[in-house]
Amino acid sequence: MSGFFTSSIGRKYAMALSAFFLMFFLIMHVALNAVSLFSEDAFNQASHFMGTNPLIQFLMQPILMIGVVFHFVMGFILEAKNRSARVVSYAKNNGAANSTWMSRNMIYSGLFILIFLVIHFLDFWIPEINTKYIVGDMSGLHEGSFRYYHELQLKFIPIWRVALYCIGFVFLALHLLHGFDSAFQSLGANNKYTKGLKGFGKAYAILIPLVFIIIALFHHFNH
Amino acid sequence: MNLTLKIWRQKDSKTKGQMVDYKVTDISEHMSFLEMMDVLNEQLVNSGDEPIAFDHDCREGICGMCSMYINGEAHGPDRGVTTCQLHMRMFKDGDTITIEPWRAKAFPVIKDLVVDRMSFERIQQAGAYISVNTSGNTQDANSLPISKHAADEAMDAATCIGCGACVATCKNSSAMLFVGAKVSQYALLPQGQVEAVDRVKNMVAQMDLEGFGNCTNTGACEIECPKGISLENIARMNREFLKASLKG
Ligand code: HEM
Ligand code: SF4
Ligand code: FES
Repeated sequence: MSGFFTSSIGRKYAMALSAFFLMFFLIMHVALNAVSLFSEDAFNQASHFMGTNPLIQFLMQPILMIGVVFHFVMGFILEAKNRSARVVSYAKNNGAANSTWMSRNMIYSGLFILIFLVIHFLDFWIPEINTKYIVGDMSGLHEGSFRYYHELQLKFIPIWRVALYCIGFVFLALHLLHGFDSAFQSLGANNKYTKGLKGFGKAYAILIPLVFIIIALFHHFNH
Repeated sequence: MNLTLKIWRQKDSKTKGQMVDYKVTDISEHMSFLEMMDVLNEQLVNSGDEPIAFDHDCREGICGMCSMYINGEAHGPDRGVTTCQLHMRMFKDGDTITIEPWRAKAFPVIKDLVVDRMSFERIQQAGAYISVNTSGNTQDANSLPISKHAADEAMDAATCIGCGACVATCKNSSAMLFVGAKVSQYALLPQGQVEAVDRVKNMVAQMDLEGFGNCTNTGACEIECPKGISLENIARMNREFLKASLKG
């Protein structure tokens, strides 16, 4: 295996594997959040479990962080390498003639997702870490009842935050519209199932961000 | 028809180049793009100017020499053709046509529209061959049973003419369609198995060394390739590379 991950193809495998990990994580994330559409109680229970389970907190969470950081750092490295492979650019280039906008702008959709992730961390992750590990309050309670659902609703009162999140999810959809198919191709999976998979990929790329958007809007209008 | 041409002029690999405007008149729509370039060059020679250097050889779509980036597309706006197969009827009277050389670090400009594609040769030398005993008792290739499906796919891959349009059109200047085709044409056949591990490793190593970019699966190469080489060949190369790397 020596040299595999420093080769162009090895890097593509690494990129695709990290992307698969993130796409799997997204399903979990959206499923958990969607619970808040149906039941305050169930959402609180689930949040408390996720927030206090040591396996999730100290194993899954660090793995996720490493996965995200690996993915975008690798993305930047590949982008820099690819840019340097063309020293003089074309005076006239018609990219739209042979490829989708999404496929040509992964770095920009990715960058917007990254900006969104930073905001998202400041909004939810930092306060959570503060309450649990700095203040030391692991109870998950606020004035006698679970705080999670209530905190979620408070976050989505300001319309600017709702708008920001929606924009973030649109970029996620754009990223995934190319990324989903691309990840399979990178792993060498191109066969008789590819056509069907492309349909599924489109559905995934649109539905997951759409449900996130619905959740944000729901809590904005229902507090 | 009458056309305005914006063409990249560059004296040699060391001099800086620039786009220069030319006019051609009375171009027949039945001409090929290269014949139109011949008309322009005749004009330039007659007026004592330096003709435009461009690569060409067979003029029938099989040698892959005629590299030109025309109006932002490799080999121009038509599909499944090289520049020599591109007809002037794809353009209209009064059009302005931009003509540039292939742009990639691994394809340096030699002069005007001519680029150095020796990097492709070096990739081929790294593994695109099979070792055969040619001492006079060479085996008949047909003595090895090969399925129709494998033979067809290998033949499809082998139609790559090494033109470099895939690199030119790729936003990453990636050579993976070319290398994927060359790896596939052997990987699909029994004759290619003996050297399979070294072949893909050495060819990919050479490809990386030459400074080609990394495929991001935009699919532009497949669309612009004059021979319709499919992205499946890149996927196959990726699988072959993983297999070879696991073997050591
Ligand atoms: C943190 C910010 C992110 C950045 C900067 C980023 C950047 C990139 C870049 C540059 C690529 C390579 C382009 C390509 O291979 O076509 C890529 C691929 C991909 N990204 Fe992201 N990305 C980010 C976040 C995400 C997230 C959150 C997901 C999804 C859950 C995701 C899913 C994918 C997928 C599926 C691919 C295709 C993998 C492949 O082609 O092998 N990315 N990303
Ligand atoms: S894969 Fe197609 S575009 Fe690339 S070198 Fe071969 S024939 Fe030309
Ligand atoms: S000149 Fe041979 S392919 Fe065009």
